[in-house]
Amino acid sequence: MSQANSHGHDAHAGGSHGSLKSYVIGFLLSIVLTIIPLVVILNHMFGETTRIAIILLMAILQFAVQLVFFMHLKEGENARWNMMALVLGLIILLTIVAGSLWIMTYNQVAH
Amino acid sequence: MAHAATHHGHDHHEHEHHDHESLKTFGFWIFLITDCILFGTLFATYVVLRGNTAGGPTAEELFQMPGIIAETFILLTSSFTSGLAVLAMHKGNKNQLIGWLAVTALLGASFVFLEVSEFVHMVTQEGATIATSGFLSGFFTLVGTHGLHVSLGLCWMIGLMIQLNKHGITAVTKRKVDVISLYWHFLDVVWIFVFTVVYLMGVM
Repeated sequence: MSQANSHGHDAHAGGSHGSLKSYVIGFLLSIVLTIIPLVVILNHMFGETTRIAIILLMAILQFAVQLVFFMHLKEGENARWNMMALVLGLIILLTIVAGSLWIMTYNQVAH
Repeated sequence: MAHAATHHGHDHHEHEHHDHESLKTFGFWIFLITDCILFGTLFATYVVLRGNTAGGPTAEELFQMPGIIAETFILLTSSFTSGLAVLAMHKGNKNQLIGWLAVTALLGASFVFLEVSEFVHMVTQEGATIATSGFLSGFFTLVGTHGLHVSLGLCWMIGLMIQLNKHGITAVTKRKVDVISLYWHFLDVVWIFVFTVVYLMGVM
């Protein structure tokens, strides 16, 4: 009973299940974005600052790929609320990480 | 008349039920974001402490990339297969859904196995324990917390497979599969940053 109901009624409930195509694209992009930093690091390409910038950029891009293609951030009825909660979370996260690094880097002087 | 009334009552109930499930999914999303902040604090701690090796082994000496690369691709693939499980669910194919969840759980278990072997190797062969240095305290706390999340997800996934087998695809089990796949993608995202910040920057 409940199974039959859920089928018709809840077809749009989650609303955010994507398609096989979006999962395959996301998976391929993730593989590429994992291989690029590996190649850069294992072959000692570029200078140190450039290397760090490249691998961090690839990680952030892969984060975005997973959000869009796997977690379907922009789909579904709650998309707006999900996005707002995520942005708030990221602001807190970046404040904690950047703030800690900043304070602790300058704190070395006070030894 | 009586029939119409019951029917109406039933519809109303179903509607509330649906709202309830989508609210629970949103609640889980908020939990994931707080979990993100938890990992953020662990990352900050690790990065601050990573130079303090106190005469113990350094990242370059400890990390063995082949195992780490295998772990990375295993977890990435399991993130993909948990997506395929959700697709199978929306097609209403219960056996396919349980099958993909089983594949995801097996990949997750191999990930945990590789990670535990890595830790055992570090502690027994290299004498690198959580108490050796600030760097290793940060390392084991950050990577261990992630591994614990994956292990917890495994138990949860096995429980969910049993439930699906028993009750089939209902509004409730549907929400649970949606939520666990979100959790699994989230763990993959955290691992990408562990891989980048801990391992790649460690062996640079």
